[in-house]
Amino acid sequence: MSLPKDLLLSMYERMVLIRAFEEACVQLYMEKEIRGSFHPCVGQEATAVGACFAINPDDYMTCTYRGHGACIAKGIDVNAAMAEMLGRKTGISKGKGGSMHWTDPSIGLLGENAIVAAGVPIAAGAALSAQMDRNGRVALTIFGDGAINQGAFHEALNMAQLWKLPLILLCENNLYAEMTPLAKSNPLAQVADRAKGYNMRAMVVDGNDVCAVYEAVREAARLARAGEGPTFIEARTYRLLGHMIGDSESYRTKEEVAAWRERDPIKRLRAHLAQAEGVSEAEFDAIHARVSRQIEAAVKFAKESPYPDPEEAYTDFWI
Amino acid sequence: MRELTYTQALREALTEEMERDPSIILLGEDIGAYGGVFRVTEGLLAKFGPERVRDTPISEAGFIGMGVGLAMTGKRPVPELMFMDFALVAADSIWNQAAKMRAMSGGRVKVPMVIRTQQGGGRGNGAQHSQSFEALFTHIPGFKVVLPATPADAKGLLKSALRDENPVMFIEHKLLYNTKGPVPDGEYTIPLGVADVKREGRDLTIVSYSRQLLFALEAAETLQKEHGISAEVIDLRCTVPMDIETIVRSLRKTHRLLITHEAHASCGVGAEIAMRVMETAFDELDAPIMRVAGLDVPIHVSKTLEEVVLPQPAAIVRGALRLMNGK
Repeated sequence: MSLPKDLLLSMYERMVLIRAFEEACVQLYMEKEIRGSFHPCVGQEATAVGACFAINPDDYMTCTYRGHGACIAKGIDVNAAMAEMLGRKTGISKGKGGSMHWTDPSIGLLGENAIVAAGVPIAAGAALSAQMDRNGRVALTIFGDGAINQGAFHEALNMAQLWKLPLILLCENNLYAEMTPLAKSNPLAQVADRAKGYNMRAMVVDGNDVCAVYEAVREAARLARAGEGPTFIEARTYRLLGHMIGDSESYRTKEEVAAWRERDPIKRLRAHLAQAEGVSEAEFDAIHARVSRQIEAAVKFAKESPYPDPEEAYTDFWI
Repeated sequence: MRELTYTQALREALTEEMERDPSIILLGEDIGAYGGVFRVTEGLLAKFGPERVRDTPISEAGFIGMGVGLAMTGKRPVPELMFMDFALVAADSIWNQAAKMRAMSGGRVKVPMVIRTQQGGGRGNGAQHSQSFEALFTHIPGFKVVLPATPADAKGLLKSALRDENPVMFIEHKLLYNTKGPVPDGEYTIPLGVADVKREGRDLTIVSYSRQLLFALEAAETLQKEHGISAEVIDLRCTVPMDIETIVRSLRKTHRLLITHEAHASCGVGAEIAMRVMETAFDELDAPIMRVAGLDVPIHVSKTLEEVVLPQPAAIVRGALRLMNGK
């Protein structure tokens, strides 16, 4: 971990913010303040923050329904995101999209997506747009290990490599496609081998090491901007909560989860900052206090915001 | 007025709009070097270059999904589905993505994408290359749906589609490409969602669109000559937005309605037109609404079978006579 201390501290704070956001949402879900689908990304904060901090604010991104981390890392307004979770008019999508469809073109966010792998061709389209405009932008698409078995994923990889699109394909390999273990859903020795069939450059990184993800994505972005085409990055990580709230998690053991808790990316970065950068307990406390206040404010903002008016069922659709 | 084929009219619309708007880009299978299997995009690669006329692999889900990404980042992609039947391969990109992006984002993004395709039977292409899916696009909200029947309409409607901010499904018909008709010189557009009275009449109203419209006109001629019945023929032109006003205006005169389309009868566009007429103009009807539509079976190859499945002009005449005799 040789990145500047200031960068490491800001990545740490963003990871803590993502964790706190998700934990607040779990609570709000239990209190029935949040309806419908919610797929928490707890444990996967390093892939989101490492990737988004390595690209520019005007670069494009698509991600998955487990994409709160990526969106917060890219810079979504946390108040508007929380209000969206609560179905409020002030939400990022005015209460129409919910947890799985956060979208904000002002930060290059072309949407989470509730369909596995659907964001991959959309990001490839954005990359083609950037390539045609010669504006130096790249597109980042984040997807899970489940996505690598979908047709749209393969079609997009093929065209991305064929046309050397400035696209970064970041696979958050968290070992389970919903409830199905990786070994039961595809025959590869490693997920990154998928890229071989498309003659595409690939890397494998420790997805719980925010610096490793940052370095890999930064290199992929450099190559993409230089006209060197797409890169496939497999980041190995783990979701510490279930696929959704109420998941029995019968497909994995408590021991496995406990072992991954020891490799918690936030814990790891904190240990590094304390040991190598001399960050004090008081400094950590200040960061955590700041995040707590931000989340409390977001929840307050969301709860005090009005629900959409019934007439809004007809708006924001046809132009 | 000069005469053009439907294909030439479409190509003129694409050319003029691509010259006007550099954000328009075409992508699809064999549209560039080969010129398109129905020749619509012939010559456009040479004129606009490989970035704006892009040959793709056979990957409908992929390149329409890319179209969504292009549209969300400032382009006007025009993906071509070689056959409408392939829409089912790209169903997620079309209906879960393109059709919903704007609503799901609370209006933060738009997807100004025109999917061009052709559909329909009559050529023995069989069950996977002859289907008509306008009802699917009319049922699932998110796309405007355009089905031109004449060269002039094809050009004017395509130009409007290419200027629209919404996703548009532009549905051509494989047996219309070689048809000829008058096309105005110079710049013109035809607004989406406005039906057109193609033949005036007194006794009944026939509503149709796409190639079936030509069958309706043929039937109207037979009805006049052989039975002394005066049929008004309305070309709906778009199923989204659906212009019911023009139909109702005609019914105030004729009080009888026959709807004909090539697509399967069940839950087809005809059923929707009938319901909307019932809701808005029930009192104008002197007889039950008549529907002449495709049979609810897959479309067979052999000519004798395909002509049973797809409604022919004679079937429209028979339907009209039944409707009139029910007086």
